[in-house]
Amino acid sequence: MNAMLAIIRRDLLMVMRRKSEVLTALFFFVIVSSLFPLGIGPEPALLRKIAPGVLWVGALLATMLGLQRMFAADHADGTLEQMAISPTPLVLLVLGKIVAHWLVSGLPLVLMAPVLGIQFDLDTGALGVLMLALLLGTPLLSLIGAIGAALTLGVRGGGVLLSLLVLPLYVPALIFGAGAVESHIAGLGAGGHLSLLAAILVMAAFFAPWAATAALRIALE
Amino acid sequence: MLSAHGLTCVRGDRRLFVGLDLSVDAGEWLHVRGENGAGKTSLLRLLAGLSQPAEGEIRWCGQPIRDTDSTYRQNLLFFGHHGALKEDLTALENLAFAAAMDGVELQESNAMQALYRFGLKGREELPVRVLSAGQKRRVMLARLATRKAKLWVLDEPFTALDVKAVELLSVLISEHVAGGGMAVLTSHQTMPIPGGRVVQL
Repeated sequence: MNAMLAIIRRDLLMVMRRKSEVLTALFFFVIVSSLFPLGIGPEPALLRKIAPGVLWVGALLATMLGLQRMFAADHADGTLEQMAISPTPLVLLVLGKIVAHWLVSGLPLVLMAPVLGIQFDLDTGALGVLMLALLLGTPLLSLIGAIGAALTLGVRGGGVLLSLLVLPLYVPALIFGAGAVESHIAGLGAGGHLSLLAAILVMAAFFAPWAATAALRIALE
Repeated sequence: MLSAHGLTCVRGDRRLFVGLDLSVDAGEWLHVRGENGAGKTSLLRLLAGLSQPAEGEIRWCGQPIRDTDSTYRQNLLFFGHHGALKEDLTALENLAFAAAMDGVELQESNAMQALYRFGLKGREELPVRVLSAGQKRRVMLARLATRKAKLWVLDEPFTALDVKAVELLSVLISEHVAGGGMAVLTSHQTMPIPGGRVVQL
């Protein structure tokens, strides 16, 4: 447990030393989501309609940016080897890496989303649902992304492969996440979508670290 | 304590070594020698449990290391080719993180002492990125002085070290072995450390 906290603390410390990583993902999200209102023009009805999908796709692509570096640096400098032979089970350490990734590239998106939602003329209720959906959805993106990052570790041209591998797996999160906001706007209530999203999150939280660990062990052989 | 029986290592379709037996007891150290590409690093990675042998078994205190994973790892310190140092962190932070990975508490005074011993006084708060290659190596080696592991598995520990650091490291290994520790290391140099045996690959 201590080792897991140490990993989270170290990763956050390194991000603080080199802020470009967290800021790149965040500004990518801001810019991509802002292009749509600028391109479509002042049509509130249309903007409200596309808002959930656009914001979610923006968040999806923004988390993809930092994904490849999740294990790559640790692999290159030998830290991953030390993690693999640590008395602490590797799966806990991997979970620590995933938590750190979410804190760095998921949580800022959750906090920024309501501000961007205003551009799409979403009301307060819809903004709340959007935040809640992203709060459940972004950890899911980090968890699933970790499997892809571990599988493509050390592969040449891994970046593109990673996108091809991970983006299809993001589809359920996209459907239920954007669906939650849409059904709230339509007056149907977001409960169903959010419950499903939470269920997928719980399942991924259980299985994804194991899958990522198995992939890392193969990469280390 | 550590013994290997009939180890066979296969890389691609090449057999690096077949049916290798070795053992190290408390107060002994093994010098693994061989040409480049003979499988020295592969052997050390097998001993560290990072990869699995094609055939054969490695035992720690009579138990296969697969079964005694956690106890074996608590007693093991492995140095690979890469230093496992984070360039953006200071020497002190790197040592603290390495200790956390090893599951041990590290007092700051102990870490400082180890860094001083390796001549890094005044550099403990600098990011590792600004240190020279040899100094980075010294930061890594300072970890040896802070960690009470019984078995040291060191892959080319003398690379990039100056004469003084080589001597320092030899003393450190001698002390470790004299204190009932074990070490397995690869090096192209001959080392004046008593109690050593050579494994030729």
